[in-house]
Amino acid sequence: MRKQADLLFQLVSLATLVIALGALGALVWDLLSDGASRLSWQFLTNIASRNADEAGVYHALMGSIWVIALTGLLALPTGVAAAIYLEEYGTRSRVARFIELNIANLAAVPSIIYGLLGLGLFVRLMGMGQSVLAGAATLALLALPVVILSTREALRTVPSSIREGSYALGATKWQTIWNQVLPMALPGVLTGLILALSRAIGETAPLITIGALTYIPFAPDSVWSKFTVLPIQVFNWVSRPQAEFKTNAAAGILVLLALLLSMNAVAIVVRDRYQRQGRA
Amino acid sequence: MTGVSRTVPSLSGVASRSGQPPASLDAPVKIGVDRLNFYYGDKRALDGISIQIRSNLVTAFIGPSGCGKSTFLRTLNRMNDIIPATRVEGTVLIDRQSIYDSGVDVVQLRRKVGMVFQKSNPFPKSIFENIAYGLRINGLTKSKAELADRVEESLRQAAIWEEVKDRLHDSALALSGGQQQRLCIARALAIRPEILLMDEPASALDPIATQRIEELIYELKKTYTIVIVTHNMQQAARVSDFTAFFWLGRLVEFDRTDKIFTAPAEKLTEDYVTGRCG
Repeated sequence: MRKQADLLFQLVSLATLVIALGALGALVWDLLSDGASRLSWQFLTNIASRNADEAGVYHALMGSIWVIALTGLLALPTGVAAAIYLEEYGTRSRVARFIELNIANLAAVPSIIYGLLGLGLFVRLMGMGQSVLAGAATLALLALPVVILSTREALRTVPSSIREGSYALGATKWQTIWNQVLPMALPGVLTGLILALSRAIGETAPLITIGALTYIPFAPDSVWSKFTVLPIQVFNWVSRPQAEFKTNAAAGILVLLALLLSMNAVAIVVRDRYQRQGRA
Repeated sequence: MTGVSRTVPSLSGVASRSGQPPASLDAPVKIGVDRLNFYYGDKRALDGISIQIRSNLVTAFIGPSGCGKSTFLRTLNRMNDIIPATRVEGTVLIDRQSIYDSGVDVVQLRRKVGMVFQKSNPFPKSIFENIAYGLRINGLTKSKAELADRVEESLRQAAIWEEVKDRLHDSALALSGGQQQRLCIARALAIRPEILLMDEPASALDPIATQRIEELIYELKKTYTIVIVTHNMQQAARVSDFTAFFWLGRLVEFDRTDKIFTAPAEKLTEDYVTGRCG
């Protein structure tokens, strides 16, 4: 009887796995059958056009790369610094505990709220306009909770024997964190960052809110440029009535997926390199 | 507290153990501890410890697990400071300076009082960087050449130079357990402390590696004041000049090592060293 229950549970687990992966597979298959034919070098280098055959993702792709790179540059140092404060310095204060609780909540806030905040704070109040910088700052806010939480997790996994070894040599707290703890936590930090950026790169709502949904006839050339991003371009095409644009949308999603996967691949390579250094 | 020895042990009849020259057991006091209490939260882990540890000798702390000997060792370089919700009462004087006064710079204290841990804890860096770290963070060397010299000197002192000189830039984690522990000793020596605290430094090592550590301790006491916690009573008898026996957070007896092992004053000490309890 117990053995049968065991078997049954195994089967149920397997079935749910198959359903989940099957749905994902079907989605990718559908995208490929719709969009693969449209993928070409031209599609990547052409700019948006009224003519579906000539339209490409160049501006949107460049926009996405600019925005996500800047998001990472903004979110990494601030997120890591916040995590270090919470984990290493402020763990026992009441303020820190209050902040801690709210960071977990922030991770669950709908992204459009961040869009509204970005619009009010960065675009209007700080006068950044509808620029790459404003978009990246907004997405950095969105990414921060995940970066902070995963960095704290990574800091916690550094064995206390390493900290003690450093303190015993007359290291200050900061020297210990900077020279020993942080390098050991780096793989975990990078994993968290990539997770957060992967979410951010697919975000549409907050960027539409801050005003990125416009026809942009150029690729960004500085952080002050106006911009558009891949998900917005896709959204744009999907909302056209012509069937040809639907094909473009599918192809655009494939480009986005490829960008996402290559980002993850880079992260895994970097992480493995650091881990190997640590163990060797 | 009846029957608990608090006094400085008598110094009559300097020991001359086999194979060892008689140590000068009336060396000046390096560490003086007076009525030290230590608490983890509400739990009292050390109860009224008073002891005087002499310069350039080896003092061993023995006692069963959980008796407070490691906790006591860690109060001597304030390593317990980093554990939350702990509290210290009483005084610890090193070179007649109180180390728990509010003005004391803990970083300076730990430079003077080095520590080797039970489980070897090399940093996940190269052998060279492990030793250079303490020198760098304390700004003790002025040039690359001087840094390299100090690294070599420390590795030689810890009797590991010959084994690692050709692979200084390999990861320290590739060394054997015994080598890692000697590397950690070299790391502690690099910043030239005056006191070396050793928390069961050989407990995870095989007999041959253990013997090398013990020989090293014997060599190092010429330069350093050494306090060693050990579970191994033969080890305490072999390496130390003085032995302190701890029991349930109290210092039961403190005397010359030969006296502790051959003619202890306390019944409890005798039972423990002869293996009848603990």
